[in-house]
Amino acid sequence: MKKGNGKGWLILCFMFLVLFLGAWQLYTATFRNLPGPMAVAETAWEFLSNPFYDKGPNDKGIGTLALYSLGRLSLGFVSGSLVAITLGVILGLNQMLFKALNPYIQVLRAISPIAWMPLLLYSVQDSNWTALLVVFMASVWPTLANTAFGVSTIKKDYISVSNILQMNPVAKVFKVILPGAGPTIVAGLRISMGSAWVAIVPAEALLGSLGLGYFVWNEWNNLSLTSVIFAILIIGVVGVCIDILFNQLARRLAYVD
Amino acid sequence: MKLLRVDRVSKFFSTPGVRDDYCVFRDVSLSVEEKEFVAVLGHSGCGKSTLLNIVAGIDSADDGYVYLDGKEISGAGLDRMVVFQNFALMPWLTVSGNIRIAVKAAYSGWDRHRINDRVRRYVEMVGLSGAESKRPAELSGGMKQRVGLARAFCVEPRILLLDEPFAQIDALTRGVIQEELVRMWLETGITIFMVTHDVDEAILLSDRIMLMSPGPDAKIMEEIKVNIPRPRERATIIEHPGYYAIRNRIIRFLSNKDEYDQPKRVNLVA
Repeated sequence: MKKGNGKGWLILCFMFLVLFLGAWQLYTATFRNLPGPMAVAETAWEFLSNPFYDKGPNDKGIGTLALYSLGRLSLGFVSGSLVAITLGVILGLNQMLFKALNPYIQVLRAISPIAWMPLLLYSVQDSNWTALLVVFMASVWPTLANTAFGVSTIKKDYISVSNILQMNPVAKVFKVILPGAGPTIVAGLRISMGSAWVAIVPAEALLGSLGLGYFVWNEWNNLSLTSVIFAILIIGVVGVCIDILFNQLARRLAYVD
Repeated sequence: MKLLRVDRVSKFFSTPGVRDDYCVFRDVSLSVEEKEFVAVLGHSGCGKSTLLNIVAGIDSADDGYVYLDGKEISGAGLDRMVVFQNFALMPWLTVSGNIRIAVKAAYSGWDRHRINDRVRRYVEMVGLSGAESKRPAELSGGMKQRVGLARAFCVEPRILLLDEPFAQIDALTRGVIQEELVRMWLETGITIFMVTHDVDEAILLSDRIMLMSPGPDAKIMEEIKVNIPRPRERATIIEHPGYYAIRNRIIRFLSNKDEYDQPKRVNLVA
């Protein structure tokens, strides 16, 4: 890259935003069936100026709703990841088991977590639990596949060193295997988190569990498209924030071999 | 007292679809005395690294026994620390982290102070003071292997197993580290068993050199006592009258594999 245009991308980035908003404005001015950027900005201001209001069980501020979604996401994601990493380490250390189970993992991974929803709802008979389990399902597979792969491809030398040092199995896992496979595992966690965040919106919408997905659907039922667009933007922004956190984690665990 | 005894050890590799197993080496026997520095020298691929891994317990023999202090070994152990050709440092740990992990494993009952003291002492011994918090990726090959040496020495094992430890280090640095290794060896009174394909390295460092024939069916063909007094220096060792006799013997062995039918024992006296 040429020197001296370090800030160039920022200007370009801003220009794209202006271009997008302009196109949007033009579109709504011509067809009149969609709220324009100004209307959405107005709604956004309204929602964001009082993010934590509470007017009964089904009418809460956008901040509260986001926290509901994030809480559900964290709980489902953390439990899903713990299961995935544990299983992944076991599979990564047992090539035969890994090979035998890999086809099933690949099939399960290909199934949208939303597809499980009717079955889960029928089984647990509770919408909040079902939403949580959908997030759990979305979180497991990418992390599991990545952990198993990362552990199985860890350099044999590191294992040899841990054998020579007579490390017990627990120390071996926590001091050699997990740090060694760390970057691959985090890559898996990142994909899992992405798919969990994608899954949580329709799950909440369909199940009516309080959260951002619920908000989107509720506002659609109110025929308030400005709110729907605002919610879409919030979902995107929160998703990006979560991804930034994972980027930080990945950077911390990365190592140069 | 023989510290290490390798007794008629053989190693085979089986290839799927091939009826006969490939014999890497057969009936290899050797012994190492306490405080001795012994090298096994041979062509690449003769199985000398496999032999070292068997002694280390990270590979297993198909036949024969390995004894340490008169006891048969089973598996790896802290009494036999290995220095690897490719360093095998944990890239996510710092210099002192790589040494600490070994101290912690060997002395699980120690408190933090004692562990830190031990780590610091060996960081100093290999001359890495000031680089403690660097990661392996920031180090040169020579510095990496210093960490490898410190990690092996800090456990204070019965024997040190060096697997072509300086093969991946540039020639200028190699000489310096070789001399430091000898200094550490003398200072600590440890026993060293090394495999190498570097003739000059073997002569500079060892008390005895075992020559291994190329595989398959590799054997230890000859044992050479290096009767050059210590301290030896790279610059002056070549002026010693015995040096070229030994060197030529080895070179002739390495370049002519048909010459040997039976293992020989040669004692070149300077």
